[in-house]
This record gives sequence, C-alpha cells and structure tokens, in this order.
Amino acid sequence: MIRPDAPILLEIQGLHASVDEQPILNGVNLTIRAGEIHAVMGRNGSGKSTLSKVLAGHPAYTVTAGSVRYQDVNLLELEPEQRARIGLFLGFQYPVEIPGVSNLEFLRVATNARRQERGDDELDTFAFEDLVRERLNVVQMDPAFLERSVNQGFSGGEKKRNEILQMALLEPLVAILDETDSGLDIDALRIVASGVNQLAGPHTATLLITHYQRLLDLITPDFVHVMAAGRILRSGGKELALELERTGYDWVDAELARQPVEVP
Amino acid sequence: MAGSTAWLEGLAGAPVPSRRLEDWRFTDLTALAAIHPKLAMAPDPLAGVTLPAGVSRLSSEAVEALLGRALHANHSEQHWLVQLNQGIQPAVVGLGVSGAAQPLELICDAGEAEGLVPWRILLVLEEGASLELLQVQRSSGANATTVITEVLLGAGSELRLGSLGLGDRQACLLTHLAVEQAPGSTLALTSASAGWALSRFEPRVVQSHGAAHTQMRSLQWVDDQQCADTHSAIRFDGPGGTLDQLHKAVADGAARSVFNGAISVPRAAQQTEASQLSRSLLLSDRARIDTKPQLEIVADDVRCAHGATVSRLQQDELFYLQSRGIAAAQASRLLLRGFCDEVLRGLPAAAATWRPLERLLGADTQLSPDPEQPAAPLGKV
Ligand SMILES: Nc1ncnc2c1ncn2[C@@H]1O[C@H](COP(=O)(O)OP(=O)(O)O)[C@@H](O)[C@H]1O
Ligand SMILES: [Mg+2]
Repeated sequence: MIRPDAPILLEIQGLHASVDEQPILNGVNLTIRAGEIHAVMGRNGSGKSTLSKVLAGHPAYTVTAGSVRYQDVNLLELEPEQRARIGLFLGFQYPVEIPGVSNLEFLRVATNARRQERGDDELDTFAFEDLVRERLNVVQMDPAFLERSVNQGFSGGEKKRNEILQMALLEPLVAILDETDSGLDIDALRIVASGVNQLAGPHTATLLITHYQRLLDLITPDFVHVMAAGRILRSGGKELALELERTGYDWVDAELARQPVEVP
Repeated sequence: MAGSTAWLEGLAGAPVPSRRLEDWRFTDLTALAAIHPKLAMAPDPLAGVTLPAGVSRLSSEAVEALLGRALHANHSEQHWLVQLNQGIQPAVVGLGVSGAAQPLELICDAGEAEGLVPWRILLVLEEGASLELLQVQRSSGANATTVITEVLLGAGSELRLGSLGLGDRQACLLTHLAVEQAPGSTLALTSASAGWALSRFEPRVVQSHGAAHTQMRSLQWVDDQQCADTHSAIRFDGPGGTLDQLHKAVADGAARSVFNGAISVPRAAQQTEASQLSRSLLLSDRARIDTKPQLEIVADDVRCAHGATVSRLQQDELFYLQSRGIAAAQASRLLLRGFCDEVLRGLPAAAATWRPLERLLGADTQLSPDPEQPAAPLGKV
C-alpha cells in the first residue's frame, strides 16, 4: 500500500560495504515507508544477501560509506541485537542450525527481548507456550519442532517456516525476507506467503528478496528493484517483475556499463 | 617449580613423570609441586550414607581377592597415578552390587585440607546387576586428590557411572579409573570436571572377552592457568564389542586442555565397532588444546571411526541469535550451554543438585531474567 505521506521506516543512502577489503555494496539507495512491500531481485552474487546482512549488522561486513536511518535512529550505530529489539527482522536465506539450544527456549528468549524493548511484560514459560501455539498456526508448523534444537535437522522448508514463526512472534516493523521462497514446494510457498500477508499492515513494511515471480503472485509488491553489482540499477512497480520474467537479466550488463560505479 | 615433588617420588617409589615422556608432554605439574608435602586424612565417602538395597560392603576377603584385578587387566600398574595411590595404601571402600540397585552417590571431598588426600574404591557388579553411581570429587583448598576406582562388571551387568570433579583454583585432581567388562555388560561413563589447577583423568576399560558395550562422554573446562588432561584407553580382548566415545573440552584464558584417546583392537577383536570423537572449543587466543587419537587396530573386520575438531564459537551462530534480539554475551552462554549439555545430560540424576552447568557457565544459564540463586562460577570465587 503506497501512501506518499506515510512515515519513512527505512532510508538507505549511498551505502557502500565490503568484506575483507573487497567492495560488495556500491552505493545502495532505497527508501521504505510504512505500509509498503518492496521486492529486490537480481542475479546470484549481485549483493542482495549482503544488503540484508549489513542492515541486520553482521560483523563480517564493514560499511565504508553511506547511511541507514531506521525511523529516527542511525541504524548502523546499533548492535545487531538492538536492531532486532527495535523491530528490524531478517529472515535468513540460510537459517543457522544451533545444536544443543532448544528451539522453544530460543523463541521465548527472543520474544521477551523484543517485548521488553516495547515495554510489554515478559512471558513466563506457560504464557509463552500459549502464544507460540497460536502463532504456529500462522505457518501451520508441527509443535514437535519446538522441542528440537534450533533448525537442527530441519528440512529447507521447515527452516523457512521457522523463520516466519520467529517473525510472527517478534512482530517486526521492518521485515527483510531473504529468499524465503527458495526451496519451497507450492503448498509451503502458499503457507509462507499467507503468513507474510497476515503480518503485513499499514504500520509495517516488508522487503522481499526473491528470484521468482511465483512469490510475487502471492504477495503483491508496491515496488520492485533490480540489484546488480552491489547497487540498485532499476526500480519500478510490480510490472517490472513481470518484465524480468519475460526478458531475464541480459540487459543488466549493458546498463551497468552505462552507469559507472560511484566512488564514495 | 615453586615446591618440590621429591616427597611424592618417595610415596610412589618412582620418579614424578617428566615432560619428556610422551604421555606427559603437555601436562605441567607445577601446581602439584606447590602442594604442602604431607598426607591428609581422607573422609570416608560412606560416612552417614545408607547403602541402597542391592548394594553392600564387600568383605575383607573379597577385597583381598579382587583388589588390583581391574588394574592388572588394564595394564595400569606402571602408571604413575596408580603407583602414587598404591604407595599410600589408603583404606579401600569396597562395594558389591547384586540385582537392580537404587542409585548411589559417593563424595570424595578434600575440603580445605592441606596436602595429599587419597581414596581407593572397588566396585563389583555381579552378573546381571545394575547400578547408577555418581562419584563426586570436590576440593575447596590447596590440596591434591588421588582416587583409584576399580570396577569389575559381571556378565550382563549395567553400570551408569558419573564422575563430577568440582575443583578449586589451587587444587589438583589425579584420578585413575580401571574397568574390566565381562561379555554382555554395559558401561555408560559420563565425566565432567572444572575448576582445578591441574586435573589428570585416566579412564581405562578392557572388554576382557569383547562383546560388551562401552559408552564414554566427557567434558573438561579450563580457564586461567589451569590444565586438564584426559588420557583414556580402551582395549577389546575379544570379538563383537562396541565403543561410543565423545570427549569435549572448553579452554579459556591461558589454560591448556589435553586429550589422548587410545583404542586397541587386537586380532582377537573381530567385529568391533568403535567410534571416538573429540570436540574442543577455544575461547581465547592464549588457551591451548592438544588432542590426539591413538588407534591400534590389528583385526581386519572392524568398524572404527574417529574424528577431532577444534573450533571457536561460530560467528554465524552468534549472529543468528543476536539478530533475534539476544545480547552477545547471552548468546555465547547459550551456545556454550548447548555444547556442554550434550555431555552433562548423561550424568546421573543426582548430579543435578551440584548444578554443574551453572558452575561452568556462571549465572544466567537458564537465560531467564531471574535465575534462582545462581551458583558462583568455579575458579572465580
Ligand atoms: N562473507 C563473505 N565473504 C566473502 N565474500 C562474500 C561474503 N559475503 C558475500 N560475498 C560475495 O559478495 C557477492 C555478493 O554476495 P551475496 O550478497 O550473497 O549475493 P546474492 O544474495 O545477491 O546472491 C558475491 O560475490 C559473494 O561471493
Ligand atoms: Mg543471497
């Protein structure tokens, strides 16, 4: 839903980032307002996951130039956990397996960290069980997965559902979902998409990173961006995704040659 | 060295192991040399304990007949820890088990004693007997504990043995465990130690005719200048035996962790299935971990696997937790707890009252905002 007067939730300006001195993001600009759904597409290796991890604060990446405002704070100054507590959520392309740590307890600790930030009461084990059982319905996940170690031995689809379950519990303001649709069969894709649609609202925003139109058939984006060589090369409405589906990314190289990388 | 070890040589009738010996290469005995040179009284671990049904004291004739047998079967006699303890000749705590016995706890508490505190334990499980035993070694002062535990497992018997060593930053722990397993018997050994200036643990098992099951889970945690050394040895003297061994270590500060795991599968031990895994976590740049499997496999129809990893806390795991609002320090503790719990959950139920996880990790291991009465972390009290 596009409302030009809606408050800006996330404003990325001229963002450059590198890993081991190797530049990966080369000047990303993106503004996201409340209520909007954005899709970022692009070939493998174009920097989509890097953008999502830099926003979430992954320590492997160094921001070398640019700024990111989240509501009225400088996001780049905050520790990853603080970013999460104030409502930024990253659904991982490759959710991490954590042996020996119970999924249920992990979800409870995470949920309470977010609740505390919002001034809500912490939930004890019993209250949390009620909440988690209700939210399991959003992703139609078997409660048995709560008893296992975080993501350990989960199939690709189960991991992605666990990501959306976390999103449903944390109730983020800005959710970045990195290829949450990859590796899902069509039923799982419907479940995940309906979960995202249920959680999207006029006060929150969603950034979907995806390769496929099939997700965008289920979640209609307000804006579509094409990323290449670490920046956003083109932006448009939902019709841009359909065009990409027809034409592919062959035009990208010619376009890149015409738009040299700005040096910060 | 600050003190001298001459008096220990006198007791053992053998020189203190030099670091030129392969088995002692990485193990610094400075902490042992600092112990006050005298023998201290070892409190009777059975004082005030009502033996559960199925467990009784062995007669002195039985002790006389059986003492030393498991040591002999494991070729333990020439090991220095054994020579030292035998040189002192501590009173023997001899226990026999028949039928399905109730759980038992044996506490060897050196307390604040000064000097060397010796214990010797002999445990005999009759054919078909079963027992869950927790041995606790504790110290709260500048002393050295020496314990020899001999175990004879009759055919078809089952022993779940926990060994929990909760030390003091000036204390040393020298433990030698020798187990002889008859066919069809099962040993499930879980050990955990932390807080000792020096700890050396020598679990040795022989399956005298094969066809028995041995499971070993151990965890050693070292910090500051501490050194923990586990030298295990398992031998199959007949066909069809199994071993499932996991050794874990966490090394922080400038500490050192040593693991040497010997497995011997002679020609007679066809169809043995043995696996050994060593997993260590380095928490600091100054800590050292030395880990070595030592496999002697002569039989050809066997399945033996071994592996060893040394790693740091995984950045991706930490980041995943942080990205869900969990603070970095709490995320580390959560990962460490997961690492340790794989071993600790195998301890007998009685271990819970000692709160081993809380002692290892300090407060807040439940990750709740209000942990009830967190135990003081070891080595930091
Ligand atoms: N941690 C890292 N170390 C080294 N190279 C990296 C790292 N993260 C990303 N890269 C490199 O940056 C580029 C962009 O990767 P990524 O952001 O994963 O792309 P996408 O998600 O669009 O497929 C790739 O060339 C990738 O190899
Ligand atoms: Mg990616």
